[in-house]
Amino acid sequence: MQRYLVRRLISLVLSLVVASLVIFAVIEIVPGDPASYMLGLNASPETVAALRDRLGLNEPVPLRYLHWLVGMLQGDFGQSYTYKVPVAELVAQRLTVSLPLALLALLLATAIAFPAGLIAAARRGRAADSAVMGATQIGVALPNFWFAMLLVLAFALHWRLFPAGGFPGWSEPLAGIRALTLPAIALALPQAAILARVLRSALVETLGQDYIRTARAKGLTRGQALVGHALRNAMIPVLTILGMQFSFLLAGAIIIENVFYLPGLGRLIFQAITQRDLIVVESVVMILVFAVILVTFLVDLAYGAIDPRLRKRA
Amino acid sequence: MSLLAVSDLALTIHGVPILRDVDLAIAPGEIFGLVGESGSGKSMTALAFMGLLPHGSLATGEALFDGEDLLCLPERRLTRLRGNDIAMIFQEPMTALNPMKTIGDQVAETLRVHRAATRAEARAVARDRLDRVGLPEDRFPLTLYPHELSGGQRQRVAIAMAIALRPKLLIADEPTTALDVTTQAQILDLLRGLARDEDMALLLITHDLAVVADMARHVAVMKDGRVVEAGATEPLFRARREDYTRRLIVASEHVPARRSAPPGADLLTVSGAVREYLLPRPSALAPHPRLRAVDGVSFTLRAGESLGLVGESGCGKSTLTRAILGLDPLQGGRIRLGEEEVTAGRKMAPALRARMQVVFQDPYGSFNPRHRVERLVAEPFHLTGRPRDARDRVAAALDEVGLKPADMAKYIHEFSGGQRQRIAIARALIIRPDLIVLDEAVSALDVRVRAQVLDLLARLQQSHGLAYLFISHDLSVVRSVTDRVMVMRAGRIVEEGATEAVFTAPQEAYTKALIAAAPRIPDAWKEPADATRP
Amino acid sequence: MRPAFALGLALALAALLAALVSLVWTPYDVAALAIADRLKPPSAAHWLGTDHFGRDIGSMLMAGARTSIAVALVAVGIGMGLGVPLGLVASARHGSLLDEVVMRGNDLVFAFPSLVIAILITAVFGPSAVNAILAIGIFNIPVFARVARGGALSLWTLDFIRAAEVAGKGRTRISVEHILPNILNLLIVQGTIQFSLGILAEAGLSYVGLGAQPPTPSWGRMLAEAQTMVTVAPHVAIFPGLAIVLTVLGLNLLGDGLRDHLDPRLRRAA
Repeated sequence: MQRYLVRRLISLVLSLVVASLVIFAVIEIVPGDPASYMLGLNASPETVAALRDRLGLNEPVPLRYLHWLVGMLQGDFGQSYTYKVPVAELVAQRLTVSLPLALLALLLATAIAFPAGLIAAARRGRAADSAVMGATQIGVALPNFWFAMLLVLAFALHWRLFPAGGFPGWSEPLAGIRALTLPAIALALPQAAILARVLRSALVETLGQDYIRTARAKGLTRGQALVGHALRNAMIPVLTILGMQFSFLLAGAIIIENVFYLPGLGRLIFQAITQRDLIVVESVVMILVFAVILVTFLVDLAYGAIDPRLRKRA
Repeated sequence: MSLLAVSDLALTIHGVPILRDVDLAIAPGEIFGLVGESGSGKSMTALAFMGLLPHGSLATGEALFDGEDLLCLPERRLTRLRGNDIAMIFQEPMTALNPMKTIGDQVAETLRVHRAATRAEARAVARDRLDRVGLPEDRFPLTLYPHELSGGQRQRVAIAMAIALRPKLLIADEPTTALDVTTQAQILDLLRGLARDEDMALLLITHDLAVVADMARHVAVMKDGRVVEAGATEPLFRARREDYTRRLIVASEHVPARRSAPPGADLLTVSGAVREYLLPRPSALAPHPRLRAVDGVSFTLRAGESLGLVGESGCGKSTLTRAILGLDPLQGGRIRLGEEEVTAGRKMAPALRARMQVVFQDPYGSFNPRHRVERLVAEPFHLTGRPRDARDRVAAALDEVGLKPADMAKYIHEFSGGQRQRIAIARALIIRPDLIVLDEAVSALDVRVRAQVLDLLARLQQSHGLAYLFISHDLSVVRSVTDRVMVMRAGRIVEEGATEAVFTAPQEAYTKALIAAAPRIPDAWKEPADATRP
Repeated sequence: MRPAFALGLALALAALLAALVSLVWTPYDVAALAIADRLKPPSAAHWLGTDHFGRDIGSMLMAGARTSIAVALVAVGIGMGLGVPLGLVASARHGSLLDEVVMRGNDLVFAFPSLVIAILITAVFGPSAVNAILAIGIFNIPVFARVARGGALSLWTLDFIRAAEVAGKGRTRISVEHILPNILNLLIVQGTIQFSLGILAEAGLSYVGLGAQPPTPSWGRMLAEAQTMVTVAPHVAIFPGLAIVLTVLGLNLLGDGLRDHLDPRLRRAA
């Protein structure tokens, strides 16, 4: 297990380094001079020079990258050009919206998908299976931001059960959760549909394995074999999808925040793009990519915990 | 009174008839053999009264077990019987155990689901049962996972699981087919001992007549979903009353008519061949340990000769074969074909490659399913350049192996396993090689088809002056078709000699063990001496 | 033909047909504004109503189908064109450094969801439909590389590959002659899946302004523009969404049907 862990850790660090190189290259090298890009065409040479100085653009590129990297490790993401505050502060503040939203959606998606997938697999080929599969087929085709608009139409504007948008902050936790409920549902349902389909097909696949027949020959009922033997073996593909879904949820959250006018990372990044605040874009993208890589790492660890064969090999 | 009495069992799956008129009677504590070729319905019979049939199955008739009709019992009652009174083990030990659970948990589970024991008791019983099947605690703690065990050991775990509650009937569906011959002998011994000691009836399902002859008191022969003959084993073998039974027995003992070729010039010379693999590092900085899969093998195969290579799985025969075929490089020694040296990959001249072809074991994986037979058979022309009369040559090759030239236009899925091996032989023949490597080429075939393919190989050898390197784990087949034989173990040739001499008077302990382990129909049964005895 | 497959085929063909017809004809000119007719509910003249500029929504949807399909199709082409060769090469040299590099590279690209790629590209080059294609296409590369490699690896163990090696064929030739035709099924099925995901992604990117820019008609942007008017004229939001759902649903059903039809394993089991 230790070797497995070490190998995963090494690949985690490597991925992060390469990802940061890519992001750095795209943001700071491709546009030529980031300072004049950020200031636009009408900026005077003096302002550009001043900004170049402030951003440290006069240093050689490798040194700049190193500074950026070391800064991030110390929690310093630089200063936002438009907001005039440290990016770390901005991001931390926005994360209090985006992260709970993504997690809530993940939770909701899992809570819907597992029972649905289990029922469909247990009753495969029958009415319950067809019903679940038909519903998920539609769920998979649903663009979450459009679904969000429909939810707003129905639950916020028509029945007035939830707010149509905005976020009151966490000083009143209940109001905060209420504000995140519709966005979370909009994010979760399409993902739940995908997850349920993956779970079902993984279960159906494992149910065809020899060891399920062995278990049934021991006297386990279908249900016992499904939960006791098939589920754990089916978790490997399900975990893979769960890991990937986290990144889709993050991306989805960014889009959904626009529907609900939520002050999250998504709003931040789009504002930054229109205002050409490359420093913010760079940092937020790095954080998003870091989150995805971290989740991949956690999923790898979970594989190891679930599958004894991985623990031994490495 | 019978423990299990099956009468008029019929089965359809999605309306397709699979079984009909199946009658069986198994007495308490006896070993009952159920034999038949693949697709004869023997496994389905067992699954039918286990209540484990696939979706869409409909079984009718009667299967009285201890006075209860298994076919009429509700699922709840059946789950209580399964594992408790009737247990079952299957063919493929590598996949029969849940890879995610320890062997202790899996054996204990049998007791736990039947609420026969507390957790601690169940583990104690699991320990006891694993000891009983030959997996002692010091080497096989309960905490092992299936992937840490060999195939034979996994089959022992499956047996321990099955006998945990001392069932009255154990169904063993091809329990040793996937195992090596020495492991097979041990597992069969274990099953025999269990049946005797625990007074447990054993229904042994197998395609191997010799195994049944060795083990069973009573036997039933199945064909196309019906029992064609049943009775006490020895009289049934001696009398061969049913035509099908007779043909099956004859085919299993079939020796193709062939003359030993006069010794020709040296064709394939292997000298001091070494092939190593790098294993994963034990720790980050340690060097890769090496596995010597082939460890200094030397032999000579003469033109027109038929040389056997026998050994159990993992002995290195596949690795050696790959090196001979010029697919993998050697780390030491050399292989020469005629006067030229065999090298791996692109370095080897096509003209040299063209002198040697191969037929593989798996009739299903040996052909690209997207190509027509014409293209499949013509593939070796890549080595020689495609001749102008390629089509005619393909037609001629198909004709030689007993197929029609019109079969050229078909795809491979339109052929049976035996026909596919014929096509594989045609593909090997098409460029007139000097040597054909037969890598378990008849191992996947049913006995009657196998006999026909062996005859074909013998005939082709005669007419084309071919040399064969015949690689197999099946001793009886090797014995029937080779002039000389080599026995391989752990990367080395441990014994070599004229086939009959090696088989009748083996010198090495390992060869002796191999030969002793191979089940055989007793010679005495081959004469129908007193066929009338009941 | 199963009904689900038939439905999928019909929906997908309908979207394709709408896109093709829009090249030569739409009921109304999508570029012409008619402020007097703005936000009209569905009627005999405008079957799906009009938007806030008085444009015919049906015509806009037809033209939008063009953008969606073009973006998704090219993105699938990029993914297949680069991913499949990478996967084949990696599998032909399984366990080698090259294989490792390709796989790690795949993992790396997976860490950049399409949206993040789009954000990066847009931040530097500004928004456009080409950026959307690039973002979705880049994300498709590792998907196809993985599918190709996985399918190829299981084939490389089969004896017919051994037979081809004995016939003196090299790895490249074997990859093209034996491996590729046998993973085509997988690639076609994955292609329909990525195609439908591409349509969803394109809609999402256009919705947040990272995709097609005016005046290029696009379903995602129609939804973005509809958002503020959804209370007064729900139809401006409902029809573009329905167009996306139906197209994606059709492609998914088509993919499932193709999988059932092409996968010999499933066919045998049936």
